[in-house]
Amino acid sequence: MEMVEKLTLITPDILLFIGAVVVAVVGLSGSRTLRGAVPLITGLFLIGSVVLTQFVYADPEALEKSGLLFPKIGGYVKSLTGIVGLGLVALGTGTVDRAYERAVASGSTPFDPLRVVRGEYHAFLLLSLVGVMLICNATDLIWLFLALELSVLPTYVMVALSRNNRKANESAIKYFFLGAMSTALFLYGFALLYGATGTLSFLEMRDVLTAQSATEAGIPTFAVIGMGLALLGIFFKISAVPMHVYAPDVYEGASNPMTGFLSIVPKIAGFVAIIILCGTFGWSGREELTAAGTTMVQEGLPAPISAMLWMVAVLTMTLGNIGALLQKSIKRLIAYSGITHSGYMLIGIVAGTENGTDALLFYLAAYSLGNLALFGVLTGLTRAGQDIESIDDLAGLWRTKPRLAGMVALAAGSFVGMPPLIGFWGKLMIFIAGVESGHIVLVCIAAVNSAISSWYYLHLAGVPIVRMSTPRSEAVTDGPRMAPRMVGIICGVGLLIVPIFTSPLYQFARTSMRYGELEEPSKETSSLAPREEDSEAHG
Amino acid sequence: MLAGFLIAIPILAAILIAIAPSRMARWLGLLGGLATLGWGIVFACMYPFWSEIPTEGANLAGYWPVEQGWAIIPLVGLELQLGVNSVSLLLVLLTCLFAPLVVLASFTAITERVKEFYIWLMIMNAAVIGVFIARDIITFYTAFEVSLIPAFFLVAIYGGPDRREASFKFFIYTLFGSIVMLAGFVYLVMSFADSVGGWLPSTNGGVNVWDIDALTTYAREFLSPTEQGWVLLALMLGFAVKVPLWPLHTWLPLAHNQAPTAGSVNFAAVILKLGAYGVFRFVIPMVPEAVVEFAPYIAGLAIIGIIYTSLVCWAQTDMKKLIAYSSIAHMGFCMIGLFALNPIGAQGGILYMITHGLSSGALFLCIGMMYERHHVKEIERIGGLMKSMPVWSFFVLLFTFVSVGLPGLAGFVSEFLCLLGTFVASSENNGGYPGVLGPWYGIVAGVGLILGSIYMLYLVGKVVFGEENIPEQDHGTAAHHLPTDLNLREIMTLAPIAVICFFIGLYPAPLLEAIEPAAEHMLTAYPETVAAANRADANTTPLLLDAPSTLMSSTQQD
Repeated sequence: MEMVEKLTLITPDILLFIGAVVVAVVGLSGSRTLRGAVPLITGLFLIGSVVLTQFVYADPEALEKSGLLFPKIGGYVKSLTGIVGLGLVALGTGTVDRAYERAVASGSTPFDPLRVVRGEYHAFLLLSLVGVMLICNATDLIWLFLALELSVLPTYVMVALSRNNRKANESAIKYFFLGAMSTALFLYGFALLYGATGTLSFLEMRDVLTAQSATEAGIPTFAVIGMGLALLGIFFKISAVPMHVYAPDVYEGASNPMTGFLSIVPKIAGFVAIIILCGTFGWSGREELTAAGTTMVQEGLPAPISAMLWMVAVLTMTLGNIGALLQKSIKRLIAYSGITHSGYMLIGIVAGTENGTDALLFYLAAYSLGNLALFGVLTGLTRAGQDIESIDDLAGLWRTKPRLAGMVALAAGSFVGMPPLIGFWGKLMIFIAGVESGHIVLVCIAAVNSAISSWYYLHLAGVPIVRMSTPRSEAVTDGPRMAPRMVGIICGVGLLIVPIFTSPLYQFARTSMRYGELEEPSKETSSLAPREEDSEAHG
Repeated sequence: MLAGFLIAIPILAAILIAIAPSRMARWLGLLGGLATLGWGIVFACMYPFWSEIPTEGANLAGYWPVEQGWAIIPLVGLELQLGVNSVSLLLVLLTCLFAPLVVLASFTAITERVKEFYIWLMIMNAAVIGVFIARDIITFYTAFEVSLIPAFFLVAIYGGPDRREASFKFFIYTLFGSIVMLAGFVYLVMSFADSVGGWLPSTNGGVNVWDIDALTTYAREFLSPTEQGWVLLALMLGFAVKVPLWPLHTWLPLAHNQAPTAGSVNFAAVILKLGAYGVFRFVIPMVPEAVVEFAPYIAGLAIIGIIYTSLVCWAQTDMKKLIAYSSIAHMGFCMIGLFALNPIGAQGGILYMITHGLSSGALFLCIGMMYERHHVKEIERIGGLMKSMPVWSFFVLLFTFVSVGLPGLAGFVSEFLCLLGTFVASSENNGGYPGVLGPWYGIVAGVGLILGSIYMLYLVGKVVFGEENIPEQDHGTAAHHLPTDLNLREIMTLAPIAVICFFIGLYPAPLLEAIEPAAEHMLTAYPETVAAANRADANTTPLLLDAPSTLMSSTQQD
């Protein structure tokens, strides 16, 4: 646990942090060119951090001494966060228009935050992404807590800043208070965990818990309750039941690009945090985790936590689905669909590290891509200067903008798990992980839910392509900015093309969860393979 | 590669249509359909179809061409490998046959969003062919699901007044079934993977756990009866919706009725076959013990479906709905043929897929042509078309006879074989294939046959021969430029189907010979499994007596 190695691994985060500062300052510049360059600078910093991540995480020494439960997880998560961040920057960026600024200054035009480049928006966006990245490097509870807060605090401000109406403020307030409650919950949980194990460090905590579970008394109830509370708090981030109630309201109030942000980034943050926290209970997937001196193999979560996650997964996907079935507003629909997807992803957590967490990381990428495609289209369109709110606004989109209508359909298809889109592969991996770990009932419930979800996704895909346009939807035109539509089309086509790269992507997720057995198992399997073939030939 | 072209050609045609201006769409669609059909025929000629089926070595199921798969997702061991055996080849040919015909049938019927229409038709062909030539679970499932999308849009955009409800109901029904089916597949694959050491090729030494034939061999030997039962239920749910079996059929009349002619034809001719093909390819060969257990129930549902829908047909006032309901009854015959579990019934069931595709597809085409002229589908509002549309009437009569199973036409052979297979299933004279169905199933289903001829002849009697009753021409519609009777294009659409129906009816031997090895392969495990089940059922004493003796022999060996 050398400080230098810790710093090596967080250089991508540091770079992004510098980016946040630079962007905040440049955003205040008087020069029009400089201010116009803010999104570009943000993008460059993000690209730089993604590239840096690849280099940093290829360094075995840094990984060796990092003192992390999952040393390589950051390689995947930081790349994903950076790339998603690029899309989000393109969604939320504005243009520099002097005439408009003068009009606002003179009071003749109301201020529309989406139309202008705002340094602070980009700075907050980067800071929140830094928070997500730092979660991967959390070595102890304090770090995890700070990183989680860093990822979520800027978003409160971003929601409030995102558009100039009361709804945005209302949802920011709701989001803030409920977020504060969740913070209190997981902090309480952390305190109990500390009390039960006497340490803040995850590695030590894992050893203590492993030792405790080998004793007669088992893991202390304190630790289990603490973990339960901590998870409950983090469920807020992934909008899982029972902490999901805020999602539809907040999504509805925020502007479209901001909703896109909320539907992706906190989920990545939350799931990584859950993986790390659950890792302290010993499912880091490494052989040497076997409790020393005893024959008991430490694998899987303690029964109460596992049962809680199981139930939360079921409730989350079911309630999310039921909620989504009733929606007319497209953003509420996406909020509920996001809740449902959290439910599916929790299967990955329940299934554990054998395949579950790999599948979960893969699913996160698939889900993010689908959401980016959808929000690209939604943000790229405008109805009489307003955001697209209702699904009916999209009716007849095929006539005016066939490409965008197609992208909406692709995104919906990916969400429902229509092969060969990326969402199908994500769901398949999750189902496989679930079945392999023996949670067949859970997988069946997910399958039924995913069939139910086809109703509203079909609606989402069908309305733009099948319906005739209405007077209301005829007012829908291209928004002032090209970038979101480009994001929509690139990500939409990506939903179709990325499946070709399922193999490397899944491999990336796999290796990122398995640092310890990175080299040896591959040798092992190559030596095992002929033997198994032999035994088959005999059989 | 060779089989890949069957999918590539329609997709290429779809891309061409998308690029070209929309006035060329229908011609390009026709070209695409003809190209698909042409390649299908060439492909069929290359298949060692009439001479021998290559069933040696690893390729037990007789799939061809045998070639190296293309590793699409190497990490999970997924290889794209396409191929056909005699049954899937026949179904591919059926799909190819209808590819140009539905385009021809839509020439004047589709006036809006023309381009997309033909694109959807082409994608539909590609997807359905993909189902028939898939050799791994993922390709199969992908094609199975993708075929829903064009079907949904064909109904939702071009359908009748209730198109929205119809398309949603169809989509959700089938998607629900197929997602449960996916769960069943995942369970099968994982259980297979467990036995070989893992689902990733890096852990199991390069076994392709997705391969359908390998999976079949594994499943029928190593799955416990309970597991087999659950897998059967999961898979059957997916396929029964598509077939459709009785309580899950309610999407079908609505979708058929609301779809445009081309959509109805595609539904009847090929989409319903996906379910029956799934039963042939997965359910029966994979889980024999469960099939023996469940066959009476599934056959029971099929028979309830036959009787129930035949009665419903009798009371129908809408022609398209009548044909739609009759499809349910007909697919019921196909199901009891397959679940008779002997080669006779299986051949009948498989041939039934083809003949039902031909006859009901053709009937939908006929009704579509009449609808284009008179804009009426209600039986009450039209009659006596014999005078004004003699050519049309000839075709309707012909296909009705095919449909009710007049000897000498295609329908008879398959229907007869299905019932024969069911009859002999539990008799002494079973040719080495004891079955679990029996004469009673055949007798009750036979009643459906009679009901079938009643409602079909009632329809024909009213519409073709009845009192002349032609609705007022609705001027200002597209009916103008069509002649009173069929024009050359429409005759060209129906004539090939008619010729094939005669051919199969008069000389079915080559087809049945080709189907036989595939049917026998499907039933590999059955004589034994059924016999074992019968023994266990008939009297339990021998088993009890067996037990000590085997015990004794083993102790003696020790």
